Amino acid sequence: MDMKLNIKVWRQKNSSASGAFETYQVNANEHMSFLEMLDVLNEDLVSKKMEPIAFEHDCREGICGTCCMVINGRPHGPNAGTTTCQLHMRFFKDGDTIVVEPYRAKAFPVLKDLVVDRAAFDRIIQAGGYISVNAGQAPDGNSIPIGKERAARAFEAAACIGCGACVAACPNGSAMLFTSAKVSHLGLLPQGEVESERRVSAMVAQMDKEGFGMCSNVGACEAECPKEIKLDNIAFLNRSYFKSKFKGREA
Amino acid sequence: MKWLVEFFSSGIGKKLLMSLTGLFLIIFLVVHLAGNLQLLKDDNGQSFNIYAKFMTSNPLIKTVSYGLYFFILLHAVVGILIAWSNKQAKGKGYAVSASSPNTSWASKNMALLGTLILAFLFIHMGDFWYKMKFTDLLPYVTYDAEMGPIKNLYARTAEAFSDPLIVITYLIGMAVLSFHLWHGFQSAFQTLGINHPKYSPLIRAAGKAFAILIPLAYAIIPIWHYFNHA
Ligand code: HEM
Ligand code: SF4
Ligand code: FES
Repeated sequence: MDMKLNIKVWRQKNSSASGAFETYQVNANEHMSFLEMLDVLNEDLVSKKMEPIAFEHDCREGICGTCCMVINGRPHGPNAGTTTCQLHMRFFKDGDTIVVEPYRAKAFPVLKDLVVDRAAFDRIIQAGGYISVNAGQAPDGNSIPIGKERAARAFEAAACIGCGACVAACPNGSAMLFTSAKVSHLGLLPQGEVESERRVSAMVAQMDKEGFGMCSNVGACEAECPKEIKLDNIAFLNRSYFKSKFKGREA
Repeated sequence: MKWLVEFFSSGIGKKLLMSLTGLFLIIFLVVHLAGNLQLLKDDNGQSFNIYAKFMTSNPLIKTVSYGLYFFILLHAVVGILIAWSNKQAKGKGYAVSASSPNTSWASKNMALLGTLILAFLFIHMGDFWYKMKFTDLLPYVTYDAEMGPIKNLYARTAEAFSDPLIVITYLIGMAVLSFHLWHGFQSAFQTLGINHPKYSPLIRAAGKAFAILIPLAYAIIPIWHYFNHA
């Protein structure tokens, strides 16, 4: 079914410009993804010699985490466990006005339109450093003794795609869900346990340094995370951080 | 010592302070309630007044109460600091604000609720604690020749709670406390790193029960006095 939509979108020339909302009409259909709908709108803008809307995208299959935007007040739109690229237009109605904004957090400055700079996440990962165990080729099944439940928890945490929806959803602009996913996916496995104390300490320090907020345990991150990363990772991060600081031998 | 400074300047370190002081205040709420329920006893205030005399003169209780004042102030100061820097970290908000599912209103308004609790505490301390300790406004009663005359805090309580304005202030104060606890109780455990599929559902249920029952039990005191003395 064809649908006529009003897209009210944040336009901002560059990181120092002030920016404002503009409203455009677009003809879409229910089979399009949200990004395809924006492609159609952009082609129309280009044909009218207008500047297309800048937005990030890469894989368009929910694994790269670049398609950041806030749709009607919700990062990645209204559906649970869905990235913007996997959000289909059938979840909207003909005649709808859809408000599209960039992520808002001090540590994620807007570069242009819907594009924000998420390099702070890369620096948190870099602060985590290396794993000294040579992981080598994929090991034979069961050659590393680890319980099924623990392996599953590490795997679930490793599903984090670093999209930053958690930060965007958080009223405190906190990166605790992201950082905790990284800390538990490594810390729960024997290969990652070796550097775990140093890693937790360094990642938390970097997270604070980047200007992310503190966790009030609101839970908006978990609700908006397209990979459904769980809040118990944050408890694991807190535990690991206490252990690193109080039990660790670094004075 | 560098590690300790680092720990308490980190976000997680500051939150640990909130959690530990918050849990201490939760324990205090229970103890304070147990004492105050004596105000409902039908003995014209005798057991409550003797208890109040004990609480204000026993050196151990006095030391603990200074610890309590310190922890309330620490909780309030760190809490407001956290809220302020979190506001900076968020920066500009959204044009459309849609609340994510499964997030409570209380969890997003802890600083507002806390500030109201602080205001309530000042009113409350001014009503009783200040008048008891620093003025001679309270009448005296003698129950026991050996103990001599003691201040009749019960009479002051009965007088205060005959004023509907004060009763309403207390009811609002308890409603605010209830919201703060609704989120705070279980949040403190998550901050401590306690999140477990077996125990967390129990902690959350206990938190909700606590958040309703404790403020409710406190609220009964002014209501009971209002209807018994007005
Ligand atoms: C009897 C009084 C109080 C009790 C029992 C209490 C209890 C708690 C508890 C258990 C928490 C959760 C801590 C955590 O998330 O780890 C909390 C959080 C908080 N409290 Fe209180 N509190 C009280 C009074 C106050 C006061 C007077 C303030 C003053 C501003 C305040 C401000 C806050 C703030 C801002 C938070 C949220 C911190 C965050 O997670 O971002 N509280 N409180
Ligand atoms: S925790 Fe979820 S919301 Fe946050 S970056 Fe990872 S995938 Fe995105
Ligand atoms: S474009 Fe890769 S996750 Fe959406």
